[in-house]
Amino acid sequence: MSELLNGRGLSLVPKSDVKQSMKDYKSDQEVRWCPGCGDYAILAAVQSFVPELGLKRENMVFVSGIGCSSRFPYYMNTYGFHSIHGRAPAIATGLAASRPDLSVWVITGDGDSLSIGGNHLIHALRRNVNLNILLFNNRIYGLTKGQYSPTSEVGKITKSTPMGSLDKPFNPISLAIGAEASFVARTIDSDRKHLQSVLREAAEHNGTSLVEIYQNCNIFNDGAFDQLKDPEQRDDITLRLEHGRPIVSASKAVRRAADGGIEVVDRASVAEDEILVHDAHRADPSLAFALSRLDEPAFEHVPIGIFRSVDRPSYDELMAAQLEEAVAQGGPGDLDGLLLSGDTWRIG
Amino acid sequence: MTKQVQQLDRVIIRFAGDSGDGMQLTGDRFTAGTAEFGNDLSTLPNFPAEIRAPAGTLPGVSSFQLHFADHDILTPGDAPNVLVAMNPAALKANLGDLPRGADIIANTDEFTKRNLQKVGYDASPLEDGSLAEWRVHAVPLTSLTVKALEGFELSKKDAERSKNMFALGLLSWLYHRPTEATVSFLETKFAKKPDIAKANIAAFTAGWNYGETTESFSVSYEVKPAKLPAGVYRNISGNQALAYGLIAASVQARLPLFLGSYPITPASDILHELSKHKRFGIRTFQAEDEIAGVGAALGASFGGALGVTTTSGPGVALKAETVGLAVMTELPLIVVDVQRSGPSTGMPTKTEQTDLLMALYGRNGESPLPVVAPMSPSDCFDAAVEAARLAVKYRTPVMLLSDGYLANGSEPWKVPAAADLPDISTEFAAGPNDGEAFLPYLRDPETLARPWAVPGTAGLEHRIGGIEKADGTGNISYDPDNHDRMVRLRQAKIDGIAKDIPALEVDDPDGPGGGTRVLVLGWGSTYGPIAAAVRRIRASGGKVAQAHLRHLSPLPANTGEVLKSYDKVLLPEINLGQLALLLRARFLVDIISYNRVRGLPFKAEELAGVIQDVIDSE
Ligand SMILES: Cc1ncc(C[n+]2csc(CCOP(=O)(O)OP(=O)(O)O)c2C)c(N)n1
Ligand code: SF4
Ligand SMILES: [Mg+2]
Repeated sequence: MSELLNGRGLSLVPKSDVKQSMKDYKSDQEVRWCPGCGDYAILAAVQSFVPELGLKRENMVFVSGIGCSSRFPYYMNTYGFHSIHGRAPAIATGLAASRPDLSVWVITGDGDSLSIGGNHLIHALRRNVNLNILLFNNRIYGLTKGQYSPTSEVGKITKSTPMGSLDKPFNPISLAIGAEASFVARTIDSDRKHLQSVLREAAEHNGTSLVEIYQNCNIFNDGAFDQLKDPEQRDDITLRLEHGRPIVSASKAVRRAADGGIEVVDRASVAEDEILVHDAHRADPSLAFALSRLDEPAFEHVPIGIFRSVDRPSYDELMAAQLEEAVAQGGPGDLDGLLLSGDTWRIG
Repeated sequence: MTKQVQQLDRVIIRFAGDSGDGMQLTGDRFTAGTAEFGNDLSTLPNFPAEIRAPAGTLPGVSSFQLHFADHDILTPGDAPNVLVAMNPAALKANLGDLPRGADIIANTDEFTKRNLQKVGYDASPLEDGSLAEWRVHAVPLTSLTVKALEGFELSKKDAERSKNMFALGLLSWLYHRPTEATVSFLETKFAKKPDIAKANIAAFTAGWNYGETTESFSVSYEVKPAKLPAGVYRNISGNQALAYGLIAASVQARLPLFLGSYPITPASDILHELSKHKRFGIRTFQAEDEIAGVGAALGASFGGALGVTTTSGPGVALKAETVGLAVMTELPLIVVDVQRSGPSTGMPTKTEQTDLLMALYGRNGESPLPVVAPMSPSDCFDAAVEAARLAVKYRTPVMLLSDGYLANGSEPWKVPAAADLPDISTEFAAGPNDGEAFLPYLRDPETLARPWAVPGTAGLEHRIGGIEKADGTGNISYDPDNHDRMVRLRQAKIDGIAKDIPALEVDDPDGPGGGTRVLVLGWGSTYGPIAAAVRRIRASGGKVAQAHLRHLSPLPANTGEVLKSYDKVLLPEINLGQLALLLRARFLVDIISYNRVRGLPFKAEELAGVIQDVIDSE
């Protein structure tokens, strides 16, 4: 196992006694995304990855909001809850906080998690509920047929913005780090190996892990991440974040800038020991935040991988500990004792 | 000096002062003494919406009304017999409610020029003769307190602060209340500050002694204990009873309680109370908003907990979509609405019954659910257990409609034994229900409830959600006939609960066909004032029947029959006729509505007048 793991994320989830395979996790429901949609690749990556966690399938739950991506739970042969627009983190919070024996996954889109559900997302992150949130970012509203989303670039022409969108998009990674997230990562639908390696870390992480997955919507926002997939340029653009390794692409490197920030320079122009070594465990989030800003201007260079993974008690752990402490101090609840507490008097 | 002692059968006292004067505490302590003494009682606190309105102003007045008697009573009383006014603002704000001849105990120390001006008095009403029709007892409460505490090492300000205890002592003397409980209460409350405890006890005793010696009070009063059914009693407010009811429900259902809530007046005290009882395995989650509160509760229900969310009207509005999801996913959920004045923010600390139609219909689509409304503060306990019973048994969200009047009002409660509470437990699905297969929407033929299969149960993995379900399998379905069937099934499940709730009882001393022509119907917190009004009518020889609805959805099976067996049905509501609208539509009965929406409970006298008018108008 990787050194990134703090390992407690799944410690209370029962393990399966039988070896599982991808087909165990396929439900009998027909998958109904548009042909070519990036969601297929993510589904396949998840279905082929989860068996290796070795968990009891019945202890895994997928909770989603509304959107194309949020159809995901129907296709997983686990427990699932396809809820309402934006509210999956809230629903999953109640489930995870009361059932530490479950591995709870939230499937959400960029509109679902950052528009209507923005409030629930940031609060789940700061609480550090034991959830894995997979944010399918296609930078568009897919299900409602192509309006711009809170991650669409400024000037986006859509049905609702014929003259171009006006509002500055969110950077989900920056947002999550600002919201006190303990685990923040980015990956891409087309790179199954990378996607699965990030999911592995996310699953094991104790607390909320937010994984932004760049996902192509070939109907309403086709090619949104083409630069990252194009063999001509992807290796130069993609800055791989690996804990303890220098942050580089094929031709570029990240180093400390003279003004105290960080900058991307030609790899050939810097000495090896000048290159910033990635430390995902830094308690101080400012460097992770700085890394999240590197993809401006868009697609000149894009960090991919785990930006931040720090150990912090999860909300569910703390909540369970308070219940235990209350029992340790006063004994288990006694209903007659409660009803008769305070001033009482007898008649007759 | 021996003073005259007069016997009374009931008394209504109102303590009024500035929010900083400790009137709620004074009222609480007087109530505790009265309860201990064995009177029946009913209380009504009334506090300003502002946390700290400017001192001495009308908006800053806080009051506490207590009605106690030697017989069983139903309301906190219409009009006080005694007003304790700690300052001019308290006098001015409450005088309008005070019948001529009532006693006024006024703290003269606060009737300064400045304080009088603050509330627009040109001259002191204590001196200008304007109170000639009341019996005024002018008592320098503040300076007497300061004087009594001279021996203590206290700042003048700290000494003055004990004036409410002086007032409590005086009133305790006036009505022969026991004192021991208040003394031990003060000792416990200020255990860490023994000096303050002693000072408060000294002020309390000084107040008592003052009554005994002063000539301002020549008579004291006795109200004999009431003859209540035998048992152990405690005083309880509606919010506390509701919280206890939820805890009892969790114990009796053998399900861990999960509360998802966002603070809002007048519901927050339920969150506070439940947060104290983690020993029962209760998880309380203060969410980022009402939507998250109900969402988390529903998520917990999916996981096999008793999911509860508590709020007031504005919060219910926000929760509507999630409650609809609970209707669709057919999971147990309790939604507590402690109604307050609306629309919008309205008057947060004032009561109303204006959320009934929202509770019944305030969601998109056909989304029926049971609605239960408690009828008194202590009934909030039983109503909470009943709401949980229905939620668990029928796998449905249930709306529990309390209100600000019940929430903060209190009354003696005959404490039930846990062993006497109903067993409301249910079984989770444990295996396939259709040969080898598990169908999450295969219903129990009796209740029409679907199986509750919680994550962690091997072999029952399934997916639920807000999209229409195929009957039986629960898979996504857009089939038109399936939708029509499911809409009707969800309705039939709720309608069927009518078989599982008590029939509507009618209190009609002359029985059916006995010549009573008028029925007064009510629901929720209006029970007390209506019943008190009915007593008055009967005491003066009038004939009237009374019935009260505790279940608003579904209605008891005999509701229509009851309504049709009287010539006239009068329905007082603290809204513009919401239940009347429903009953007219459903039973084609020409209901006579009586509506007042002043943020206050009805008065018994007011309703007695209305009932008499209906009787007379034949
Ligand atoms: C309360 C509510 N408002 C609006 C909608 C309509 N709606 C459904 S999905 C969606 C946006 C989905 O976009 P995103 O979350 O990015 O998911 P995608 O379809 O792109 O995967 C909207 C606006 C809804 N279902 N519910
Ligand atoms: S609209 Fe876009 S996101 Fe939705 S299924 Fe089709 S391709 Fe995928
Ligand atoms: Mg999208």
